[in-house]
Amino acid sequence: MSKLLTQKIMSFVGKKSDSKRELVTRRDIRKYSIATGNRQEKYLRGDMAPPMFHVPLFWELVPIEELEPDGVFIDKLLPKFPLKRQMAGGLKIDYLKDVFPGDWLTATRTLSAIYEKEGRSGPLIFYEIVTDILNDANDLVIREQITRILR
Amino acid sequence: MDIKKKSISIEQLSVGYELPGRSFCPDSKQLFLYNASLWNAHRIHFDYPYAKEVEGYPELVLAGPLLGDWMHQCLEEWLGVDGRIKSIDYSNRIASYLGETLYSGGSITAIDLETKEIIIDVFIKNAKDEVVSPGTAAVEISS
Repeated sequence: MSKLLTQKIMSFVGKKSDSKRELVTRRDIRKYSIATGNRQEKYLRGDMAPPMFHVPLFWELVPIEELEPDGVFIDKLLPKFPLKRQMAGGLKIDYLKDVFPGDWLTATRTLSAIYEKEGRSGPLIFYEIVTDILNDANDLVIREQITRILR
Repeated sequence: MDIKKKSISIEQLSVGYELPGRSFCPDSKQLFLYNASLWNAHRIHFDYPYAKEVEGYPELVLAGPLLGDWMHQCLEEWLGVDGRIKSIDYSNRIASYLGETLYSGGSITAIDLETKEIIIDVFIKNAKDEVVSPGTAAVEISS
C-alpha cells in the first residue's frame, strides 16, 4: 500500500499532453552537437540530427513565472506530488527514422505510470512519460519513455 | 575532427568485443551550453550556491541526459557509417559533478548474424571505476 500516492495522484495516469509541432533547424542541430561535444562532422555541420536531438527540440518552453524555485518547469501533465526534488532517472528510446533539418516533427506525451519505492534515505516516487514523435507523413520517428525520480 | 575508422564486419565481431572508449571532462562552459540548448533552468546545473546550500550537492550536477548522449556517441563513433542505433535503454544511477572526468565504453553481449543486430552494454564510468550510467543498446549493422 503506497503511503504517498493518493487516488487523486493516480487518476493522472493515462493523461495526454497537447501535441507540439516543431521545425528541425540546422542551427539548433549545430548548437546541440557542439554542446554535447559531438565529434562527427555531419552533426556539427547540421546535415542531420544526432540521436537525442529530440530532447532539446521538445523541451517545454514555459514563461519564467511557471518555473519552480529550483528552476524546473511546472509540468501540467503531472499531479502535485508530495516529494519535490527531481533526479534524472532513465530513458528508453526507439529510433525508427533519421531526422534532418527541415523536418517538422510532432510530439505527444502520455503519463503512463506512477509508482513508489523505498530508497536508502526514504521514499521515492517514480513516474514515466511516453513521448511519441511523428513526422508529417504520420510515421513514428522516435518513441521515448522517460522515468523521473522524486525524493 | 571527424572520426575516421575501419569498416565493421559483423562476421569478425564476437561477444565480449569492447568498443573504443572516450574520456569527458566537462567544464562550466559545456554545462551552460548544454542546458541552454535544452532550455533547462534546473538550478543544480548552473547555480553553485543553490546546488550546494539548498540541495546539498558538493558541486554543480551534470545533467543526466548529457551522459545518455555520451553513450550514444560511444556507439555512433564505433558504428561510423556502417550501422545505426535502433534503441537504447539507460539509467542514471550515481550523480556526477563538474570537475569529474567520466569515461564512456561498451561491450558486445549478443550478435544476430541473420538480422545483423548487435546488443551492446554501454556505460559511463567515473574515475573511481563506478558505473554512473549503465545502458543497453540494440544496433543494426548495414554492411
